[in-house]
Amino acid sequence: MSEYALEVKNLSMHYDTLDGNVDAVKNISFNVKSGESFGLVGESGCGKTSVAMTLLQLQPENSVITDGSIKVDGKELIGLSENELRKIRWDSISIVFQGAMNAWNPVIKIGEQIREAMREHNPESSKKDNIDKINELFRMVGLDESISERFPHELSGGMKQRAVIALALSCDPKIIIADEPTTALDVVIQDQILNELKKVQELLGLSLIYISHDIAVIAEMTDKIAVMYAGSIVEIGPTKSVFESPKHSYTRALLDSTPSIHGEKKKLSSLDGEPPSLINEINGCSFSPRCPSPTSGCRDQTVEMGLVQVGEDHFADKCCSECV
Amino acid sequence: MADNILEVQNLTKHFEVSNSVFSRNKKIVKAVDGISFDIKAGETLGLVGQSGCGKTTTARSLCLLDPKTSGIVNFYNPTTKSMESIDSISEDGMRIFRRNMQMIFQDPYESLNPRWTIKDIIKEPLDIHNIGSFSEREEAVVEILRTVGLTPPENYLTRYPHEISGGQRQRVSIARALVMKPKFVVCDEPTSMLDVSIRISIMDLMINLAKNLDVSYLYITHDLAVARYMCDRIAVMYNGKIVELANTEELLKNPIHPYTKRLISSIPVPDPTYKREVYELTQNDLDNVYNLSDNKEDLFDTGNNHYVATHKIEGLL
Repeated sequence: MSEYALEVKNLSMHYDTLDGNVDAVKNISFNVKSGESFGLVGESGCGKTSVAMTLLQLQPENSVITDGSIKVDGKELIGLSENELRKIRWDSISIVFQGAMNAWNPVIKIGEQIREAMREHNPESSKKDNIDKINELFRMVGLDESISERFPHELSGGMKQRAVIALALSCDPKIIIADEPTTALDVVIQDQILNELKKVQELLGLSLIYISHDIAVIAEMTDKIAVMYAGSIVEIGPTKSVFESPKHSYTRALLDSTPSIHGEKKKLSSLDGEPPSLINEINGCSFSPRCPSPTSGCRDQTVEMGLVQVGEDHFADKCCSECV
Repeated sequence: MADNILEVQNLTKHFEVSNSVFSRNKKIVKAVDGISFDIKAGETLGLVGQSGCGKTTTARSLCLLDPKTSGIVNFYNPTTKSMESIDSISEDGMRIFRRNMQMIFQDPYESLNPRWTIKDIIKEPLDIHNIGSFSEREEAVVEILRTVGLTPPENYLTRYPHEISGGQRQRVSIARALVMKPKFVVCDEPTSMLDVSIRISIMDLMINLAKNLDVSYLYITHDLAVARYMCDRIAVMYNGKIVELANTEELLKNPIHPYTKRLISSIPVPDPTYKREVYELTQNDLDNVYNLSDNKEDLFDTGNNHYVATHKIEGLL
C-alpha cells in the first residue's frame, strides 16, 4: 500500500484535431493522500476537466496521452485494457459530473440506475442488500428513501445532484472526483451539497478531488490546491499557504478578482486578456502576456516553465516565483 | 433630493398553469406577488434571491416583455420631467419609456442574433427608434464600442457573435443596451455565465458607465458577493415577495430577516482560515420578525432605510 491514494506523474495529454494538436494537459504531477481533499482551480478551458477525465481514462477518442503515469493505490492506470479499467472505475475512483440534469437516464428510475452500477461491480450481492445500501447512502446525502422509485424529471436540481453523489458512492470508492458539482445550482442548495460532500468524505475517509473555477468554494472545501493555467499547474500547495502567500501572479489575480461578503469591501482588480490558445506551442511563460507585473525576463521566449519550491510543500512556477 | 427614476407599487405577475391542455382546474402561480420598490437616478438596486423566486419575472414585467397582472409602475419621463404611470401613458410617452428602459440578458450566447454583425446588432435599436441620420448612427455605434472597451471598434463592426469570446459578447450586449442612452437598465445576471477573471472587468465597466452616463441599474443576481460589489441597495426576494430591503453594507452587516441571514451565511468565503457558520432558521426567529408589525401588507421600516417583511412565509423551515 502506497502512501498516496492517487499519484499523478508528468502527465501530458493532447487532443488531435483538424487544426492541430491541442495541448490540454501539460506535464502535470500531483499526489493525493487518502482522506485528503485536493482542489483543482482555474478558468474555463485551462484543462481542469481534461485532467479529471484522464484520471478515469474517460477521455474522448481523439485524445492522446503522450507521457506520464496515473497510479491509484499504487496501481498504474495508463495502458490498462477497457475490462481492467471497468473494475477500477467506480470501485476505487468515481466521479460526480457537473450537470446533474444530464447525468441521469430520463426513462429509468433513480434507484434502478444506481443498482445497475452496483450489479455491474458486485454481481454477488442480492437486490435486497443493494436496496438497503442505497437507502443508507440516501440518508447520508440527505435524501428520502422514496427517491429510489422516482424518475429524474420528478426531482429538483439539488435532489438530482445529491442522488448523483449517492451514485458515485455506491461501490465504495476510495477517491471521488467532483467536477464542478454545484455550478448549476443556486447558493443555498450549493451550500447544502457542499456540506453533504464534506460530511460523507469525513465519514468514509475518502479522498476528494474537487474541481471548480470558484476559488471561494475551493477555499472552504480543500486541504491542498493546484492552480491550473493553460494546461499546466502553475502553483500547488496547502490551501492555507497558497491563499496567504500566493506566489504566482495568476493565483494572485484570481484571488484579487473574487468578491467576498466577509470583511471590508475591497476594490477588485480584473485580469485582462484571454488565456492563450492551446493549439499553438507556447514558448516561455504562458501567463506573461496577461501578467500585471511582467519583467523583461518574463516575455523572453526561452524562459523555461517548471515548478520550484517556494515554501513548505508549496511550489510555484519558476518564472513568477523569481519575480516576487 | 435624488429623484426617483422608477417607482413600483404592488407589482404582481401571475401565471395560469394546468396539468394538461384540456384540464379545467387551472392553478395560479404567483411568480411575483406584490412587490414595491423605487430606484433613484444613478442608483443600482440589487435584486437577490434563489432561483425561482421571481427575480427574472419582475425584470420582464418591468420591461413590458410580459404584461404585469396588476400593480403600478411609474417612470420618470425626461421630456415632460414628471413621473408617469406606464398604464396611462400616451403612445409617444411609451416610445420614450422604451427608449429609456433597456435590458441586458444573462446569456451572451443566446441573446445576440448569430446571423447579424456586431454593427447591425448594436444599430438595430437606433434604427427602430429612428434616432439620428444614417451617418450619425454609424458614429454612435463606433462611439459606444469604444465606451465598452471593444477597441479598436473597426475590428469588431463586421464580425459575427461567434467570432468573439463570451466576455466580448457581453460587452456587445451592454453596448446594445447603452447605445440608446437609457436612464434605466435591467441587468439579469449579466456576469453569471462569465469566467471569474472576466467577470470583474464587466462589473467595473458597468459601474463606470453608470457614473459617466448617469444610468440606474436594476441588477439581478443570486450571488450576494457580486451584489455587494455592484449595488447601492439590495432587495432580497423569496417566493415572489421582497423580504428585506436595505443599503448594501447595512443589509450584510445587520440582516434582520431569518431568510436573509440564511442566504448570507450560505455564501462561501474565499479565505481558508475563515470559519463560516451556517445560520439555521428557527421558528422563534421567524416569529420575532412576524411580530415586528401588525400590518402584514407593507415592508416594515426598522429605521435607517432598512425595511423588512413581516408576512408569514411558508416552507422556509
